[in-house]
Amino acid sequence: MKNILQHINKAFDHRIRLGIMSILMVNEYADFTTLKELLGVTDGNLASHAKALEAEEYIMIEKQFIGKKPNTRYMATKAGRKAFKDHIDALEKLIKKD
Amino acid sequence: MEAEKDYLKDIQDIRKMMDKSSQFLSLSGLSGIMAGIYALAGAAAGKYIYNLNYGRYITIESNSFKAVILIAIAVLILSVLTAYILTAVKTKKRGETVWNSTSKRLLVNFLIPLVTGGIFAILLIKNRYYGLISPITLIFYGLACVNASKYTLRDVRYLGLTVIVIGLVATYYMGYGLEFWALGFGVCHIVYGTVMYFKYDRKEK
Repeated sequence: MKNILQHINKAFDHRIRLGIMSILMVNEYADFTTLKELLGVTDGNLASHAKALEAEEYIMIEKQFIGKKPNTRYMATKAGRKAFKDHIDALEKLIKKD
Repeated sequence: MEAEKDYLKDIQDIRKMMDKSSQFLSLSGLSGIMAGIYALAGAAAGKYIYNLNYGRYITIESNSFKAVILIAIAVLILSVLTAYILTAVKTKKRGETVWNSTSKRLLVNFLIPLVTGGIFAILLIKNRYYGLISPITLIFYGLACVNASKYTLRDVRYLGLTVIVIGLVATYYMGYGLEFWALGFGVCHIVYGTVMYFKYDRKEK
């Protein structure tokens, strides 16, 4: 049991962070508005959780301009993908145990 | 204890978010049924015009040819309009927007084969290969469905495959363009639209 719990990643232990990672696992990238709409969260909330994931180097944040409008893109890093996959595997194992 | 947390719900949330962010699932089945009905009505009108001119050669310049093309364009516009309205209603009910990244991706991937086929069909008309127009539009429409199906409901893939097969059969039995066209765009849309309506639309009510 203890072994499995080691892989339960604290960084993903929140609904919004879990959501951001899920979206970035199946999409090459997602912009701020898309994430906001999908998750149904406020600007500030999304930004702070995204920053937390960036600090862990699980996602990359890319700021650019499309015309005159600022556009922020989010992408999962290789390390982020691996960590999230381990997290899902651990969750699945825990469920099977119950 | 930490393990008391609802891990099952976490997994379900992950799955839901993955599906929702990569696929546009609010496609209306009813719009498929309507498109099929428009296509059948269009085919019947085309058949009527054809019978009126029985025995005469159909050329680009003839009024009957122009009428058939106008009917086909009207069917297309009506179908697209209906699909847009019904899908917009469905997305609103689910609290989503129609115009988001998944629907854009769906549309782009649907349009690439479709526009290719459309241009191809216009070039065929220009070169007077009238017999190939029906099979070609069927085949490219089927390919467009298969291509777009990665970004939406699975059923669209089977609709596409069915229409491709009908298009190929129509190429073999040339001269029955209108009949195969009615089968592919009319009957298939109604059948798959009905399946999708009962599978998804009704469940949500």
